[in-house]
Amino acid sequence: MTKPVVIVGASMGGLRAAESLRRFGYSGPIIAIGEEPYPPYNRPPLSKEVLAAEVSLEAVAFPQRPATADVDWRLSTRVIGANLAGSSVETDKGDVIEYSKLIIATGLRAKRQDYPNNLFVGRHVIRGLDDALALRAALKPGAKVVILGSGFIGCETAATARKLGADVTVVGPAELPILRPLGREFASEVKRRQEHAGTEFLMGRRVVDLIGDAVVEGVVLDDGTQLPCDVFIEAIGSHPNIEWLEGQDIDLSNGVVCSSNLNARKASEGYWPDVYAVGDVASFPNPIFDDIPRRVEHWNIPTECAKYVGARVAAELAIEAGAEAEIPTADFKPIPSFWSDQFDMHILAFGLLGLADESRLIEGDINDDFVFGYYRAGKMVGVAGIGMRSVVQGYRKAFEA
Amino acid sequence: MIKIDVDMTKCQHYGQCVFEAPNVFKLNDDDKLEYTATADDSERANVEAAIDICPMQAIFIVD
Ligand SMILES: Cc1cc2nc3c(=O)[nH]c(=O)nc-3n(C[C@H](O)[C@H](O)[C@H](O)COP(=O)(O)OP(=O)(O)OC[C@H]3O[C@@H](n4cnc5c(N)ncnc54)[C@H](O)[C@@H]3O)c2cc1C
Ligand code: SF4
Repeated sequence: MTKPVVIVGASMGGLRAAESLRRFGYSGPIIAIGEEPYPPYNRPPLSKEVLAAEVSLEAVAFPQRPATADVDWRLSTRVIGANLAGSSVETDKGDVIEYSKLIIATGLRAKRQDYPNNLFVGRHVIRGLDDALALRAALKPGAKVVILGSGFIGCETAATARKLGADVTVVGPAELPILRPLGREFASEVKRRQEHAGTEFLMGRRVVDLIGDAVVEGVVLDDGTQLPCDVFIEAIGSHPNIEWLEGQDIDLSNGVVCSSNLNARKASEGYWPDVYAVGDVASFPNPIFDDIPRRVEHWNIPTECAKYVGARVAAELAIEAGAEAEIPTADFKPIPSFWSDQFDMHILAFGLLGLADESRLIEGDINDDFVFGYYRAGKMVGVAGIGMRSVVQGYRKAFEA
Repeated sequence: MIKIDVDMTKCQHYGQCVFEAPNVFKLNDDDKLEYTATADDSERANVEAAIDICPMQAIFIVD
């Protein structure tokens, strides 16, 4: 019997990988295993318009295509271990599944901090649909909301909570919200516009404890300040879901570290030709910038990875089956792209802004719509703007080889 | 011929689709999305790529 291609993680990366395999002509069995009870859905709206309106699976589910109707989706199933030398994975249902190719798409989970008074009721994170459902129910007009973390997700959630009529305080250890990767001037402008819309910022501060008996009633900051709240949200970044690969000869130093063609690297030497990683969990070099593997937590990356891996895997399996096919040899070099909506601020960016040692205003007016360029050793590595989307898009060319 | 529909109540005019199917989608001078309502069958793959990469999942092929 032909062994299936096994995809672990049934979110955007997993779905796009399955679609890509079919698009590039692979017609054999595909098993996609996902821990969540839901079919693949779109996460960005969970901190934005869907959180502001009504959270439901229908509002975020990706459309299913006929080409992937015969994929064996094993939802509510967690992969608990792998045997890479024996080409198999093991699920929490007790199944051991052998694969012809393994595609790792397990993404990230939200980080949480530990507190002396480690309460869990009245405390939220936002990564999945269940998180957003719970948070939406708590965001009532007049609710006092404290958000720990002033990155993109913290700031977007702040804006959405304000729109819903909540009182919002953002606590961030950095000096400015989204300082990395936007840079000082851009970040100051985001803060100013957020404040104008009523968000309060306590920057340079940390949350060190929670107040309350069974339910969070407030937080304690590192300077001793006590902030009462009804809703406490942690938006302090995320952690790669890689525990199921521990103990294997695989480089997990930053998610799943990959070669330039997205093959998982061994911890010893070389890589696993039958194991690929896609999406947020994958750390890969991008020749547009340099040869250092990085994880890129942007929405366009799972799709780009999946396109690339699907083409390779389909060709590899065709050749193994005795057909003629050519394995694509072009480098994987996606142009990272992201956007963020906060109040009437629409931020659009391309590139890896975080690599820059310098950023400067290149178009527009800092008080209105504008575009910043991001440079490393004088060479553009990123571009970001508020509004002026066609201008931002024009600079995208800088990254096309 | 394929028929293309963009849900303009969802579209946030990010123009990601423009890179995938430049013959079908473009941002006009006001940074608003414009698109052709129909396209040749040869554009199907490009439009499908645009559907995949649209952050708002606002693009549809009406079969
Ligand atoms: C609230 C929010 C807002 C965002 N907004 C933006 C934005 O505005 N712009 C932007 O560019 N990006 C944004 N992103 C990032 C974007 O959504 C991610 O890059 C994308 O979801 C990554 O997809 P993925 O498939 O790689 O991983 P994930 O979506 O994390 O999926 C991984 C899946 O694998 C499952 N899984 C994990 N471990 C196992 C296991 N052992 N067994 C089985 N299944 C497992 C998980 O349950 C999950 O379903 C946002 C993300 C979030 C959470
Ligand atoms: S990618 Fe989607 S949201 Fe962006 S302009 Fe195109 S249709 Fe609109």
